[in-house]
Amino acid sequence: MTSKKKELELYIHIPFCIRKCLYCDFLSGPADESRKTAYMEALAREIEGRAGELAEYQVSSVFVGGGTPSVAEVGQLARLLWVVREKYQLTEDVEITVEVNPGTVDREKLEVYRAAGVNRLSIGLQSADDGELASIGRIHTVKQFEEAYGAAVAAGFENINVDVMSALPGQNRENYRRTLEYVTGLQPKPAHISAYSLILEEGTPLYERVQTGEIELVEEETDRLMYADTKELLKAAGYERYEISNYALPGRECRHNCGYWTRKNYVGFGIGAASLLENVRFRNTDDMRQYLKSPLECRRDWQQLTPGERQEEFMFLGLRLTAGISTDAFAAEFGVTTEQVYGDVIRKNLQDGLLVCAENGARIALTERGLDLANYVMSQFLQD
Amino acid sequence: MAAVDRSKIRNFCIVAHIDHGKSTLADRIIEKTGLLTSREMQDQVLDNMELERERGITIKAQTVRTVYKAKDGEEYIFNLIDTPGHVDFNYEVSRSLAACDGAILVVDAAQGIEAQTLANVYLALDHDLDVFPVINKIDLPSAEPQRVIEEIEDVIGIEAQDAPLISAKNGIGIDEVLEQVVTKIPAPKGDPEAPLKALIFDSLYDSYKGVIIFCRIVEGTVKKGTNIRMMATGAREEVVEVGYFGAGQFIPCEELSAGMVGYITASIKNVKDTAVGDTVTDADRPCAEPLPGYKKVLSMVYCGLYPADGAKYPDLRDALEKLQLNDASLNFEPETSIALGFGFRCGFLGLLHLDVIQERLEREYNLDLVTTAPGVVYKVFKTNGEVIELTNPSNLPDAAEIEHMEEPIVTAEIMVTSEFIGSIMELCQERRGRYLGMEYIEGTRALLKYELPLNEIIYDFFDALKSRSRGYASFDYDIKGYEPSKLVKLDILINHEEVDALSFIVHGDSAYERGRKMCEKLKEEIPRHLFEIPIQAAVGGKVIARETVKAMRKDVLAKCYGGDITRKKKLLEKQKEGKKRMRQVGNVEIPQKAFMSVLKLDDK
Repeated sequence: MTSKKKELELYIHIPFCIRKCLYCDFLSGPADESRKTAYMEALAREIEGRAGELAEYQVSSVFVGGGTPSVAEVGQLARLLWVVREKYQLTEDVEITVEVNPGTVDREKLEVYRAAGVNRLSIGLQSADDGELASIGRIHTVKQFEEAYGAAVAAGFENINVDVMSALPGQNRENYRRTLEYVTGLQPKPAHISAYSLILEEGTPLYERVQTGEIELVEEETDRLMYADTKELLKAAGYERYEISNYALPGRECRHNCGYWTRKNYVGFGIGAASLLENVRFRNTDDMRQYLKSPLECRRDWQQLTPGERQEEFMFLGLRLTAGISTDAFAAEFGVTTEQVYGDVIRKNLQDGLLVCAENGARIALTERGLDLANYVMSQFLQD
Repeated sequence: MAAVDRSKIRNFCIVAHIDHGKSTLADRIIEKTGLLTSREMQDQVLDNMELERERGITIKAQTVRTVYKAKDGEEYIFNLIDTPGHVDFNYEVSRSLAACDGAILVVDAAQGIEAQTLANVYLALDHDLDVFPVINKIDLPSAEPQRVIEEIEDVIGIEAQDAPLISAKNGIGIDEVLEQVVTKIPAPKGDPEAPLKALIFDSLYDSYKGVIIFCRIVEGTVKKGTNIRMMATGAREEVVEVGYFGAGQFIPCEELSAGMVGYITASIKNVKDTAVGDTVTDADRPCAEPLPGYKKVLSMVYCGLYPADGAKYPDLRDALEKLQLNDASLNFEPETSIALGFGFRCGFLGLLHLDVIQERLEREYNLDLVTTAPGVVYKVFKTNGEVIELTNPSNLPDAAEIEHMEEPIVTAEIMVTSEFIGSIMELCQERRGRYLGMEYIEGTRALLKYELPLNEIIYDFFDALKSRSRGYASFDYDIKGYEPSKLVKLDILINHEEVDALSFIVHGDSAYERGRKMCEKLKEEIPRHLFEIPIQAAVGGKVIARETVKAMRKDVLAKCYGGDITRKKKLLEKQKEGKKRMRQVGNVEIPQKAFMSVLKLDDK
C-alpha cells in the first residue's frame, strides 16, 4: 500500500426501510423485493464503474447508510462490499460502517457483514421506551434492540454506535434519563453514542400532526433540560462529546463523519447521494427510475466551490467539532489567515462568549453556549 | 378644427359604487363610439388605447372624447370624464363632476344601492347634474332589476322606469345608454365671446410639454398665445397648445371654447401651480369672479417612509420628487428617526393614496420601503397660545406645555343589511364612534350614520367592516372638522430604549389595549437575541404593558446528514439573509416588517 495516495471516503445509500418513521425526511421508503434487487444491482454497477476514475485514491472509510441498509438482502449487501474491496484500494485500518435497525438483523446476518469486512455498526435505538418508539413510528421494541445488540456483540462487533433521541412527543425528562442510563449501562458499553433532539422537518407526517395539534412537542424548557442531561450523563459514563450531537469513548470517534466536517474527499453512491471531490460538490439524481437506468450518468447539481465558499465551509463544518478548526490549516489551505477573513466575526463571537480560542490561537472552537447556538454563529461565517 | 356646435356636445361622467361596473361601461362606450369623427380618424389611436388599458387601475381622472352617431342622424361629441372611485379623492371627484353637465348612475342589478352610490349621486345632484340611472349586470342569476329600479326611485327620488337594463361586461343594452346620453344629458351652455373662465379638474406633468391642464371651458375661448392666469395660485403663462383627448393621446386643436373639455399647455413647471378646482382666466381680459368651490387640498394622513437600505435615501428623494410632479396632493419633508435613519414624513389624502404611492415607489422606482404607522394631523394647543399641526408623534411637545389637543372627525355613512347592524354598531362603538342615526332603505337594509375620529378608520377599519359583515357593508365618509379629544402619545421601548418610529398618538381610553397588542405583536416579530429583551409600552414615561422576548437558547441543527452540505448551507444563508432585513436599535435587531405589522391590530 502506498501511503502517498490521497484519502477518500465512500458513502453508499440504501433508500429502503420497512416503514418510514414519522419524523424522517430522508430519501427512503419501503420497496418490494424486485425493486430492491434492481437497486442493489445498479449500485454495484455504479461502484464498479467509478473505480477507474478514483484509482488515485485510497479509501479510509465506507459508510452504508439509509434508509435502513439492513433491510437489503444480506447477500446483496455483502456482494457490494466485496465489489468495494476488489475494485478500490482500502487503507489497512479502513472503517466500514453499516447502519442497522432492530427488527431487521439477526446474528447470522451480522456475521455475514462481519465476514464482508464491516467493523462498525450503527444501531438506531432512539428510545428505551416502547411507547415513545411507537409514537414516532419506529417499527421495533426495546426488546428487539436488546436482541440486535446482543447479536452484534456475539458476531464480534466492538465498535458500535447507538442512536438516541430527545424531545420526542410525550417524552418526559425522567424517561429520557432512563434511555441514557439504559444505553450507557449496556454490556459491553457502546463505543459511540449519537444523541440528538428531534427536529421537526416540514413535509413529514409528524410535522402535519403537530400542525393540526394532534401531537404536542415537548416544551423548550424540557428540551434544554434533556440536552443538559445528555451532556452530564454521557460524560459521567466516560463519553467525550466531540461533535454537536456525537459522543464517543476515547479513540472511538466516527472517522467517516469527521471526514465530512474536515472536508475530506468523499464520493456518494446510490440515489440522492452527495459527493465532494477536489472542491467540487455534486449529487446523484433523486429519481429512482433514472438511477436504475443509468447509475453512472445521473450526477447533477455540480458546484465548483470558490475559495470564498471553501472558507465558509471550512468554518461552519469545522466548528461542529468540539476541537474546532485549526487556524494554521486554514492559512495553509487558503493563503490568508482566519484573522484576515473573519477577524471581526471571530472577535464579536469571542466577546459574546460563543467562541473560544485554544492552544494560543491555534484552534478556534464553539463554547458550550456556542454549541447550543451553532447556527447563529455559523451563519455569520457566510461571506457577502 | 371647425367651429363647434355646442348643442352637439355632451359632457358627462359615470358614478357608481365600487365594483358596480363603472369602468367596464366606460370601456363599452369608448368601443361603441368612434374616438374621432370619421374625417379625423387616425390609425394610431386604437393602439394607444390598448396601451392605456394594459395599465390597469387608474387613480387619476381619465378623460376621453368620443364621437357618437345618434339615431337622429347627427354626430355628437361625448366627453366622458371618468372620475376616481375612492373617498380619498372626493375633492377631485367633486371637481370632475363640476366639469360635467350630466352623469350616468350605474347600479348593480343584484346589489342595488350601496353607500358610495348614494354619496356619489348626491354629490352629482349637488353639482346640478342631470342624472339618469342604468341597471347593470342584468344577466346575473341574482339580478332583480325591478326591485333596484324601485329602490332608486324610493331612495334617491329620480325617475328610473326607463333606465336601460344592461350588461356592460357582455355588451348588452349599450346602444340605449348612448341614446339616453344624447337625450337626457343637456348640451353645455356658455358664451364663447365672454372673458375666459375654465375649471381645472386635473393636471399632469409631461417632461416635454410641462404641466398639461385638464379643463372645462365654462365661458370664453382659449387658444395658442392666450396669456392665462390661475386665479387662486396666481401663476401666469402664455398658452403653447390647446387640444382634446383621444384615448391615451393628446390631439391638438385651434381653440377651446365655452362648453368644451380639453387640455392646455403653457410651459408650467409644477402641478402645484395648477391646483385642481382653480379657475383659468385670460390675464389680459380676466373674468370678474372665479368659479365657486375651489379648496386647497390638505393631506389627511401622514406616515414616515424610509428606504430599507439607508444608501437609497437619495433615490427615494428623487422618486418622491418625480411623483410629486404629477400629484399635487403628495407632500413630503425630510425627517430622521433614531431607529430608521434618514427618511421622509409624507402626507397623503388618505390610506388608499398612501398605498398607491408606496406601491409606485416600490414598483416603478424599485425601492424597498419601511413605513411607519400612518397617523392623522392633530392640532396641539399649547399653553402659550401656540397651535401646532402635529404630523409626527415624535414632535409632540412635553405634556406640561399642552393645553389641549384636537383630532379630525369624519361623518360616516355605512350601508349594511339588517342582520349585521349589531356587529357594525359594535365596531363603530369600539372605534369611538358617535351614533347619529339610522335610516331603513327598503325592508332589509339600513344606512347607519356615525361620527368617527379619522384616526380610528385609517388603519384597518375598512377590513374590519368587511369581515364583520361578510363583505356586505359599504362605507363612505366626509371630513367634518376638528374636535377636542383626550389624546396621549404611546411610546414603545425595546430593551429599555424608546423606538421613535413606533410611537403613535392614541386616545387615552384605548392606550392600554393598543399598547398591550403592540407588545404582543412585536414579541412575535422580534427574533430571539443572545439576551432577554423587554418590550414595553409607555404613556408619559409610565409603563402600561410589557412582553419579553426570551434569550436564544437553542439554534442548532442537531443531526446533520453528513454528505448533504448544500442543504445545511442553505439554512445558514436563510438565517443570514433574515439578518440583513433588520434594523439595529441599540443592541437589538428589529425586522423591518415589525414596523408595519403593528398596523394591523384588529384581530376579530
